[in-house]
Amino acid sequence: MIKKGTWVQLHSVILKPKERAPQVPGDTAKVPLEQWVKGRLMEDAEVGQTARAATRTGRLVTGALVKANPGFEHGFGAFVPELLAAQESILKAAGEEAPDA
Amino acid sequence: MPDNSYQAVMARKNDIMKAAVGLDYSRFESGGIAFDYEAMMAAPGLDIHQVQAIQADYGVGNTPLLELKHITALARKYARPGYGARILLKDEAANPSGSFKARRAALSVHAAKEMGYKGVITATSGNYGAAVASCCAKAGLKCIVVQECFDSKGLGQPEIVEKARKCEAFGAEVVQLTVGPELFYAFLLLLEETGYFNASLYTPYAILGVETLGYELAGQCKDQYGAFPGMVVATNAGGGNLTGTARGMRKAGCESPLVAASVNLKGLHMASDRDFNMKSFTTGHTGFGMPFTTWPDRSDVPRSAARPLRYMSRYVTLSQGEVFYTTEMLAVLEGMERGPAGNTSLAAAFCLARELPREALIVVQETEYTGAGKHPNAQLAFARANGVRIAAGDPREEVPGESIILPEHPGQIDCQEADLNHMRKSLIAKAIEGAEMPIGENDLRFLALETNSGADFVQGVIDQFGRDKHETSR
Repeated sequence: MIKKGTWVQLHSVILKPKERAPQVPGDTAKVPLEQWVKGRLMEDAEVGQTARAATRTGRLVTGALVKANPGFEHGFGAFVPELLAAQESILKAAGEEAPDA
Repeated sequence: MPDNSYQAVMARKNDIMKAAVGLDYSRFESGGIAFDYEAMMAAPGLDIHQVQAIQADYGVGNTPLLELKHITALARKYARPGYGARILLKDEAANPSGSFKARRAALSVHAAKEMGYKGVITATSGNYGAAVASCCAKAGLKCIVVQECFDSKGLGQPEIVEKARKCEAFGAEVVQLTVGPELFYAFLLLLEETGYFNASLYTPYAILGVETLGYELAGQCKDQYGAFPGMVVATNAGGGNLTGTARGMRKAGCESPLVAASVNLKGLHMASDRDFNMKSFTTGHTGFGMPFTTWPDRSDVPRSAARPLRYMSRYVTLSQGEVFYTTEMLAVLEGMERGPAGNTSLAAAFCLARELPREALIVVQETEYTGAGKHPNAQLAFARANGVRIAAGDPREEVPGESIILPEHPGQIDCQEADLNHMRKSLIAKAIEGAEMPIGENDLRFLALETNSGADFVQGVIDQFGRDKHETSR
């Protein structure tokens, strides 16, 4: 049970596939237009249930409760050796010695 | 209960927009193809010094113009003797929200506050959202940013996820959607629900805001080097950056040629759920740049204030690999981590500098902040995880969505010329669709301005279309 007042993320379907704009390409036309918003939960609810939340601007939004305390997990990703090689080639071209491989 | 189906909401878009931008666009219309662009730009009643004062209130503008001496020296190694212009960089990342978009946002948010709106909404997946959120924080207005962020599998483009984080950091509400042009529909519904101001990137405010960038860079070149630049390069997507910069340069008396530069994403469909996460640039690319150049009024306002074809003297494209490589060059030779998308113009300048004599100046007119999600490492790691091949080699062999080819040495950076006349013809063709023939003098003059050509060129294109149509109907 997620407690009232918790910061949560809600999900909803805005347009079903057959309601989508006529100009969307084939792959997009097959899937719904979905939306995610965050807010403070208005009543206790379970993950997956329809719930209401108040957003940062004070709007009341309804949707399926996705998760409590949603964070960000993006970062710099796995090491990309080609970028190090790029730097070495730039330094070499600029007349500075790149570190020995 | 209003009818909120896609068709019903789109049918009332003009009324929603009129309420949300505080500007009646109908008064600029002529009834034909033409509209009074300059009257629209003058409607806010702000001269460039008033715009500068508003931006100063938000801590926006007056960014440094830096000389990239090591990159210039490197570019000269690939130039003929006596050639290789000095490359200067306008460090727009120094704005509070980390990009030149702060200039546009400051004006929009100022206008919203003046007109008594309680909040501001903007539809953008890019730096502009962060810029509006930042200015709203300062102005004490509420802010909603609507972004296209995920594909249907729920996979977020890391650069757009980073923008969501930044907007939230400034206290904004972020509404995230899956791929599709119906973002505009969701945006209209939110405008109706809240009565907030539409901080479109394409209102006169948003373009007046960029004019200070062109004005400043012209003045800085004159003050620091005693001359206007030989060339200015602008990364081009929706056209506002280029349009505002050109107009501002002219207000400073500077008529230097302005070159548009975009990342080549040929073959990737901007509204495709599958293609969405196969591109490693979310802006500054041809997927926006080409359609907005050839038809600016596809934007979210009745008439766009961004009309780049009026102002560009050339349009060049670069591969994703070339721009990532140049981003590394800026880091390792000049000690600056920026971009990557904003470095498209830097990659172009690296090869265009070879065309100009050593004593000339070439100005790269923006940078943007970098960080988690945005950084080349984040983007390339994401691309590789999605099956895109990353390699060093000939950047001309890159296939957007399939491969990213980083150059093996700086001499391989070679921007490709796009055909401006083809774009001019495309704009004229679209404009005359359904128009009564022959078109009037006023429309002819307007199309000549729109395409930075002449009435004879426009008439020639119209005649050619007439002949082609006649041929196909026979």
